[in-house]
Amino acid sequence: MRFRLLCIASALGIMLGAHVAPAATPEANDPWPGLVQDIFNNRPMNDGAEVIGIEMPYRAEDAAIVPVTLRTRLSPDDSRRVLRITLVIDQNPAPMAAKFELGPDANVTEISTRVRVNNYTDVHAVAELSDGKLYMTKTYVKASGGCSAPAAKNAEEASSRLGQMRYRQFARTGQGPSSGAREAQIMIGHPSHSGLQMDQVTQLYIPAFFVNELRLWQDDSVVLAMEGGISISEDPNIRFTYVSNGAKRFRAEAKDTKGHIFQKEWKVDDSGI
Amino acid sequence: MTSNMALGVSVLALLVAFGTSTLSQAQEQELPVSEVAPKIFVHTGQIALMTRENDGATANIGFIVGGNAVAVIDTGGSVREGLRLLAAIRARTDKPVRYVINTHGHPDHVFGNAAFVSDGTVFVGHRNLPPALAVRGPFYTDAFRRIMGEQLLDGVRMIPPTLLVDGTTKLDLGARTLTVTSWPTAHSDNDLTVLDEQTGTLFAGDLVFLTHTPVLDGSIRGWLRVIDELGTLPAQRVIPGHGPVSEWPGALTDQRRYLETLASDVRGLIVRGEPITVAADTAAASERSRWQLFDDYNARNATTAFSEIEWE
Repeated sequence: MRFRLLCIASALGIMLGAHVAPAATPEANDPWPGLVQDIFNNRPMNDGAEVIGIEMPYRAEDAAIVPVTLRTRLSPDDSRRVLRITLVIDQNPAPMAAKFELGPDANVTEISTRVRVNNYTDVHAVAELSDGKLYMTKTYVKASGGCSAPAAKNAEEASSRLGQMRYRQFARTGQGPSSGAREAQIMIGHPSHSGLQMDQVTQLYIPAFFVNELRLWQDDSVVLAMEGGISISEDPNIRFTYVSNGAKRFRAEAKDTKGHIFQKEWKVDDSGI
Repeated sequence: MTSNMALGVSVLALLVAFGTSTLSQAQEQELPVSEVAPKIFVHTGQIALMTRENDGATANIGFIVGGNAVAVIDTGGSVREGLRLLAAIRARTDKPVRYVINTHGHPDHVFGNAAFVSDGTVFVGHRNLPPALAVRGPFYTDAFRRIMGEQLLDGVRMIPPTLLVDGTTKLDLGARTLTVTSWPTAHSDNDLTVLDEQTGTLFAGDLVFLTHTPVLDGSIRGWLRVIDELGTLPAQRVIPGHGPVSEWPGALTDQRRYLETLASDVRGLIVRGEPITVAADTAAASERSRWQLFDDYNARNATTAFSEIEWE
């Protein structure tokens, strides 16, 4: 009798598993067509292999901090320009991770940031070009194992850096300062609460609290702007390339969902290091 | 109509599954334990990732028997492992389990909690443990359902502590007092240790790793500071979170060297302007041959350390 019960239980268990956990087999339930509708208003997607590259580790080592690099691939003599790049993490609770607007005169060709990855997922990068078309490329990331979680590691201190901003310029190997090519990084201290977790004691959702807007300028010319969501890691960090217009100042402004505005500016190092 | 039927089938499945798990509960085999000091029993976890095959039994867990009660220290990586630990306790004493102490909130240490829920049993944890379980619990159960399967995960529940430790708390087992201490963010932001002063035995949870690559889920700088303080505790032996029971404080040597190497490699990469991906690929490479599961955890540790140290 017990043997039979076990058999029934496991058979039903399999059905139950299929019923409640469709996310375990993303292929069977591909969210991408729905995301194209919701995020891109069903505009046609062209093959982006020649336009945009996306690099992520095959496995999300730390679910809360998964590096991602976007690289434009247009050749210098292509008359088209990348206007914006949208990063979509299909299986995350809020799939639209970020939308980057590339400054018209800054020639940004590379953007690296860090994201949270909740599950096994496709990650799409969609570039909109000045020809008015969308170009898509994608990669696949395995979820992290073990005790890694897309959550704060130091919950109490996560807010202690709120609003701190740092700017750093890096050496570009093989390119002298006269080329004007620069590589820089902006860091913003912010806990980036996703708002999806329920407080077990109060049974209330912890409200979402994250940086939703970031703009970077050299003097008064926009280099890069980002519209962000909860999939961007705690303490947002963006590293990017651009071409200097000879500006003496680099300026950043970030806004978060509670309406805080964080601003800072730095003198640009002329040496181009 | 269809959804009602699906619901009916789900409820039936749950009832049947519950019925069988109750049947099997009574028959769980004892978890193998060894008596590392008088009336202190330890199950040494496999040095492995949690899988369906190993019941998630990868952490060191144990229990201490006092004059009139038992304290359990961590409950394992599945309800099945928790029930097997309970069977091992029942084979040795009929004293009640008064305390279940969770050294921190990671799945291999807390997934067995549900096996110990009963009147008169108090769950004990770091004051940061309830929010950590609330935030991470749903993610952990989803992730491990995928890895370990429905059957092992079905009964897993996040059971937050009701006795919160902030500093030091003494637990009386009758003629035996345990000192439970909460630590600042180190391995995680909710690490506890349990010291039995009578025998000089320290349950260090994942503040101490041997053999198994240390896992950083808190603060590398905090952990290095805590290691110095831990070393002054009056213990003769340690039950690490992972790895063999070892003498104290010599057991700290390997882990301190690993974390110092990782921190110093990462710091060097940051100064040179290397991106976080290079840290994941190269930091602490000199430690690879000294640890098990290095490729499973080192890149992650380097990523975590980088995101902390870049704010120095």
